[in-house]
Amino acid sequence: MFDEAKCKFAKSHEWAFAEGGVAAVGISDYAQKEISDIVFVELPKVGVKVEPGKACAVIESVKAAADFFAPVSGEVVEVNDAIVDNPALVNQSPHGEGWFFKIRMSKPGELEGLMDFAAYQKTTAH
Amino acid sequence: MNRPEKLSIEKSMAGRRGIRFAKPSKPASAWLPEGALRKALPRLPEMGEFEVVRHYTRLSRLNFCLDTHLYPLGSCTMKYNPRANEEIAGLDGFAAAHPCAPDAAVQGTLEVLRRLEKLLCELTGLSAFTLQPAAGAHGEFTGILIASAYHRSRKDRKRTEILVSDSSHGTNPASAALGGFSVKTVASRPDGRLDLEALKAVLGPQTAMVMLTVPNTLGLFERQIREIAEAVHAAGALLYMDGANFNALMGLAKPADFGVDILHLNLHKSFSTPHGGGGPGSGPVGVVAALEKFLPVPRVAEKNGKFVLKTKIPGSIGRVRSFAGNTGVAIRAYAYLRGHDGQTLRSIAENAILNANYVRAKLKDLFPSAVDEPCMHECVLRTEPEKMGGLKTLDVAKRLLDYGFYAPTIYFPLIVHEAIMIEPTETETKETLDAFVDALRAIHAEALTDPERVHAAPHDLPVKRLDELGAARTPNVAW
Amino acid sequence: MYSPHTAADRSEMLRAIGIASLDDLLAQVPSALRAAALDWPAALTEPELMAHARALAAKNKPLSCFAGAGAQDHYIPAAVKALVQRGEFLTAYTPYQAEASQGTLQAIYEFQSSVCALYGMDAANASLYDGATALAEAAAAAARITGRKKILLPESLHPEWRAVLQTYFGAKGEPKLELVPCPSGRMDLAEVEKRLDDTVAAVVVATPNFFGLLEDGAGIAEMAHAKGALLIAAADPVSLGVLEEPGAWGADIAVGEGQGLGGALNYGGPYLGLFSCKKAHMRHIPGRICGLTTDADGKRGFVLTLQAREQHIRRERAASNICSNEALCALAATIHLALLGPEGLKEVAELCVDKAHRLAEAACAVPGFRLRFEGPFFNEFTLECPVPADRVQKALLKEGILAGVPLGRFDKAMKNALLVCATEQRTDEELDRFVAALGRVAR
Repeated sequence: MFDEAKCKFAKSHEWAFAEGGVAAVGISDYAQKEISDIVFVELPKVGVKVEPGKACAVIESVKAAADFFAPVSGEVVEVNDAIVDNPALVNQSPHGEGWFFKIRMSKPGELEGLMDFAAYQKTTAH
Repeated sequence: MNRPEKLSIEKSMAGRRGIRFAKPSKPASAWLPEGALRKALPRLPEMGEFEVVRHYTRLSRLNFCLDTHLYPLGSCTMKYNPRANEEIAGLDGFAAAHPCAPDAAVQGTLEVLRRLEKLLCELTGLSAFTLQPAAGAHGEFTGILIASAYHRSRKDRKRTEILVSDSSHGTNPASAALGGFSVKTVASRPDGRLDLEALKAVLGPQTAMVMLTVPNTLGLFERQIREIAEAVHAAGALLYMDGANFNALMGLAKPADFGVDILHLNLHKSFSTPHGGGGPGSGPVGVVAALEKFLPVPRVAEKNGKFVLKTKIPGSIGRVRSFAGNTGVAIRAYAYLRGHDGQTLRSIAENAILNANYVRAKLKDLFPSAVDEPCMHECVLRTEPEKMGGLKTLDVAKRLLDYGFYAPTIYFPLIVHEAIMIEPTETETKETLDAFVDALRAIHAEALTDPERVHAAPHDLPVKRLDELGAARTPNVAW
Repeated sequence: MYSPHTAADRSEMLRAIGIASLDDLLAQVPSALRAAALDWPAALTEPELMAHARALAAKNKPLSCFAGAGAQDHYIPAAVKALVQRGEFLTAYTPYQAEASQGTLQAIYEFQSSVCALYGMDAANASLYDGATALAEAAAAAARITGRKKILLPESLHPEWRAVLQTYFGAKGEPKLELVPCPSGRMDLAEVEKRLDDTVAAVVVATPNFFGLLEDGAGIAEMAHAKGALLIAAADPVSLGVLEEPGAWGADIAVGEGQGLGGALNYGGPYLGLFSCKKAHMRHIPGRICGLTTDADGKRGFVLTLQAREQHIRRERAASNICSNEALCALAATIHLALLGPEGLKEVAELCVDKAHRLAEAACAVPGFRLRFEGPFFNEFTLECPVPADRVQKALLKEGILAGVPLGRFDKAMKNALLVCATEQRTDEELDRFVAALGRVAR
């Protein structure tokens, strides 16, 4: 749904897929594998302002909790309730049904500071 | 043993009764408005007394416990719980005392509380104690509020940060956050001690307090504790000691001499009150003289040979729970301490240290220590999956259960990869430790000959490995 | 004392470690930091210790107890006392290794279920320290759930519970606590409405309240929900043998002091904090939670679950700092409720209502005494005395009666008010003695 080749990635493993001023965000396939079985995702509410570097969601596995950082600034305009009801979607389809929320970007220029897929892949290669 | 039990509600039979009471002269509906009454009875089991006794007796037998098994949980001090202390706390005079009774009617309890406070002062060198906190984490929170009140009393409002070590118990940062502080983590050195230089680099006018566990969670004594205290005080901050591991210091060293300002003790650990499957505990907090006025209310005081409970003290942080605290636990701890003299108290620490080092020495070729040097009351070892056919600490822990030992604390402290944290305590015999060591050595051998068996462990318990993922994804927490 | 080491053990162990003497191990603690010998009394042998303890316990006066105020004298069945002393429960710890702790875990599951049944809720935890700290945790949870920063606390809440919330949140400044005055002894809906706005995270309703009175929980819940606030109920679990359960009248979170379920008075502790809530808020519950699951063979079993909320994982971002709770007290409550069953609990609650109401009637027939507040009550009532309540208490103490809790210690305006409680434990003879003694005070 959000072709990873067209996504921009943050070092902290979130992706953003921008389209007309709104960016859908989620976590990378690499990140979902690292976290392994996700049991719960706590999402921000619609209307909340988010910015890079500030945790705005939490991803829980059985024995760990990871912060989610918004890759770009803006206001949350839509959240994916489906992953709250069925967090396994994030493991199954991190770039599809497992997306987190959508941001109306206030600083679209921030996208330029993110990595493209090829560059991101290099950071996760062991 | 070992067969799962139905739930009490599944054993329920309509009409069965476990106990009967007299009949009231009138039903509740005669005294209270209809709208205030519940429409249906709560869904509780209906069982006879015998069914209840059998049910919970059978449940109890599904447990490992200290009375039946070595329970070497690191940082938990699972030592023998003397039964005299149970009988003492259960004495009617203590158990039936109402917390709002006037002081004159509860002189016995107040005297025990006051005497216990004084004994804790002598053990730690600190000036005053409160027995109110209900557990270690509650004590930490109390200590944090005391630090907050202290800085506020000095109009020093910029101290918003608390520093913790990266090997600290999770309760330390959680308690600090609950108290409204931001938390910064200070790294440990490769030798497992706090890095004094790293600490100095982050100490500043924003630091309210530094929280340290002594001995730390690697079972190591912070040899530079005095230098740490000096640096902390020079920065205008306070030094907090998490006393969860005080068993190692009993009669041997006094935290006040280290420069500690505030500390909590765990009566259920160092002073042998039973752990009860997860409490009740008690987490008394001790302070230096300058901080005494901030202690929570109520406090026990002595006036002309009589004991009084003071509820209003200027400067106090207030109440941290209702009433005086977990008095029943305090009474047990008092009894425990009075069963010892100064020399036998010290031997608690000595034998705890001896036992931990014995286990460490006997296992070091197969399970190396996180830091290769003598330890205090507990040792932190590592599983090396690459030398065990890929098996991990979790597998070793589960297999230990088959061998008849409760597992040590695992994967803690977080800074040690594949950690196994063993605290045998002083009350275990050499024979038991030998058997435990033999079991771990046998598991290590098994890992190479029959890794599948270890990986699928436990085999001989009421249940096999449980589906934690399913439990967390679709929680079922009540019938 | 409880160390089993023989001299031979010690030397063998030292040899295995590869050192000559224990001092080599103790050298980890620099000598400058070693303590001198402790100033400590002589050790008591077990017989001496028992005698010493009995002498101390005897300094407490046995009293006919009419005091409540958050701690009530209920009957504890013999089977409860016997079962909780079993070493398998008493000497285990938090069930970190689930496979070797199924007894404790299943008991926690049964406890959570019993609490949910009593309060009409969907989820509960394994216990908190006491009722007051359970309420503090509920207030913090409500602030997290709603993202709002204010809690409305009624004056009819136990003053010590209010004080605990003040301690928990006062220094940090949030959530902000706002007091709702209750001059009639109960919450006034208009006073609540005045303070309800969209910054309020939750309204707290204690029912029965501190003065013993029943509140209009449903009315307040409706008002709170209309403003998007939660309703936190604080209720005595014994009262729920007859009173409508908070879940049914609209509470979102319900807490209580569980001491009355199989716990002794113990001069204030250990007690038992009860915490339950509706399903939607399950992920915000503080502390340990046990969940039902299956093992590798598909057999039913129990584990600690939703652990990613907790301090050992989330550290400074945890829902709460709680670790050890009051597990053994929770076990006592579970066994207590299994023995009583729904009918037994109802019997106890009806006896409480009956005795308290007959006592109130008789006390008010003594010249000079009256009820301070109007309204339905469970098993406590506020008796307005013709003289300061302290004096009443003192006079009755001489006759072996703990008359209740004088309220002047909490509020000077209430110096003649005595909070009186009657449980199923008080015999008709004791009620008569209480009333007769009041008559002598009045004269």
